[in-house]
Amino acid sequence: MIKIYVPKDSAARAVGADAVADAIVAEAASRKIDAKVIRNGSRGLLWLEPFVEVETPKGRVAFAPVETGDVKSLFDSKFHEGGTHRLSLGLTEELPYLKNQERLTFARCGVTDPLSLDDYISHGGFVGLKKALAMKGAEIVTEVTTSGLRGRGGAGFPTGIKWKTVHDAKADQKYVCCNADEGDSGTFADRMVMEGDPFMLIEGMTIAGVAVGASKGFIYIRSEYPDAIRAMKDAIRIATTGNWLGRNIQGSVHSFALDVRRGAGAYICGEETSMLESLEGKRGMVRPKPPIPALYGLFGKPTVINNVLSFAAVPYILAEGGKAYENYGMGRSRGTLPFQLAGNIRQGGLVEKAFGITLGQLINDFGGGTATGKPLRAVQVGGPLGAYLPASQLNLEMDYEAFAANGAMVGHGGVVVFDDSVDMAAQARFAMEFCAIESCGKCTPCRIGSTRGMEVIDKIVAGVAREENLLLLDDLCQTMTDGSLCAMGGLTPMPVQSAVKHFPEDFDRPAKMQAAE
Amino acid sequence: MSGKHTLIDVHVTKPDAASLIAARYDNKPDALLEILHDLQHEVGHIPEASLPVLAKALNLSRAEVHGVVSFYHEFRRKPAGRHVVKVCRAEACQSMKGNELADAAQKSLKVKFGETTSDGAITLEAVYCLGLCATSPALLVDERPMGRMTPQKFDALVKELAS
Repeated sequence: MIKIYVPKDSAARAVGADAVADAIVAEAASRKIDAKVIRNGSRGLLWLEPFVEVETPKGRVAFAPVETGDVKSLFDSKFHEGGTHRLSLGLTEELPYLKNQERLTFARCGVTDPLSLDDYISHGGFVGLKKALAMKGAEIVTEVTTSGLRGRGGAGFPTGIKWKTVHDAKADQKYVCCNADEGDSGTFADRMVMEGDPFMLIEGMTIAGVAVGASKGFIYIRSEYPDAIRAMKDAIRIATTGNWLGRNIQGSVHSFALDVRRGAGAYICGEETSMLESLEGKRGMVRPKPPIPALYGLFGKPTVINNVLSFAAVPYILAEGGKAYENYGMGRSRGTLPFQLAGNIRQGGLVEKAFGITLGQLINDFGGGTATGKPLRAVQVGGPLGAYLPASQLNLEMDYEAFAANGAMVGHGGVVVFDDSVDMAAQARFAMEFCAIESCGKCTPCRIGSTRGMEVIDKIVAGVAREENLLLLDDLCQTMTDGSLCAMGGLTPMPVQSAVKHFPEDFDRPAKMQAAE
Repeated sequence: MSGKHTLIDVHVTKPDAASLIAARYDNKPDALLEILHDLQHEVGHIPEASLPVLAKALNLSRAEVHGVVSFYHEFRRKPAGRHVVKVCRAEACQSMKGNELADAAQKSLKVKFGETTSDGAITLEAVYCLGLCATSPALLVDERPMGRMTPQKFDALVKELAS
């Protein structure tokens, strides 16, 4: 039987993968060819979706991007028997885009059937959890600390220290919560994990549960990700049936149950304390810290909160040892980060590399420059709260500290490229507008400051007392940075001020923009 | 985010829906978001009349339930069209002419974001990121993702949904 892979990832579905899969099934049937179409996760070469692969004795060969109209000619050229076609890309594993990556977390994504436990196990799944089940909690925490893993959600807090705090806390109930409210524009790695390799997230969270002594976990997934919600719910059910979740996992003394909770379109719920409120069924209002969630978290109990990518890194760390993970990276940024190349980029997709790769290498060597072919003007790294960087800063190394030193942040590793048609004053205004829409309203600098920010930028663009209003904007940004309760208001100034700093010409144009207001 | 809503809900359908759904979650107050999601899935929106029902079932005040419903952009206070189209307005889509798509969509449907077409076919909503940032601009039709959208493709989609 011939195995043909057509991704089920929603980015592939968004460009017609379902219709391609259906057409392949129908064409194979009409030609009486014994073929099985497997809906895998995505390999992450998203500009080539739908990315169809055929299993051959030499390995999997790729044909992409496939449209339904190509299916007949693919069969005519016997692509299912290793034949070549104008869409042939050769062996998938040999494609430079993939070959030049360091895939630790994304080693399996796109290779396996996401909901097949057999596939998962035969590709190295649950090795980490099996080791963890035989270890003491403190030993697991030590391994994670050794790895140097830092919170992949954006804040970069050392995961091992967080886990140790929860491990050492005394309580009748502890929780493990996964923040899968991936709201940053330009990021989709969490979504790809959940849709393409959901058992890995389950394994990572279960290891956390075993490590800190928590018996219950929640995955908070944004409602904008219906496919990810479905995949995680299915995976939890299948893992529970296979006794990889639930009571006495694989005959051990450890029990861990997992549930999916849906978000409801509030960006702020990606902030950890706001997410806790939401998980408790309340408005997503930010909680003041302290107390920290590690001690006083969900329902007031000690709680581990990590991002999808943090948990997803843990199975490798346990399987191969913290030292193996720590060997990757630079400075205090250890391991790999799955970067996401997005926006106006020719070869957008997922690139997992060790920290230390430069922004330019990501955008040019992997991304192939802008999609429109026009000159690159600005890059926003780290989501809507991340800085806009000019083309002259593409030599920046992807490293938490190097970015922070340049008034920017790595965040969740999203890289959004803009060509020279971008209006940076409009982008700065949008940053304030987004903050106004998404602010939880608890603290004044964020709630009021964001609206005042829009107004001031409008005045600057309209040429009304420009110098004075630029000073006022700077002052407002400082107030928001210093006085906001959480990162929403605290970091909104980052895209605004970086736009003013690096692209001052966009804030100093003749008053022609007045007509637009 | 949502448009103006009617205070007196004339679309009270399935009066039992709210209490039945709450019971499915053992009337646990922490499940309120899940309950609201299910209710919106079944009824199409969150009817005003369901707020006191949920408050009673979950032992919350009506203000608390109202507070949750009004906080989250996802929950709709008035009935939606037969299809809901969510257009991404975030940066990665903006970099690929997402704003032009958003303008064209509003013009084509003759509605603003948050509104429903006069024939009740389509509700247009704005969202901020669908995680389809490498195939932008993107939108979600009901639960079907669509990428690399153009105003032309949008018009074709509208025709398809109207038929």
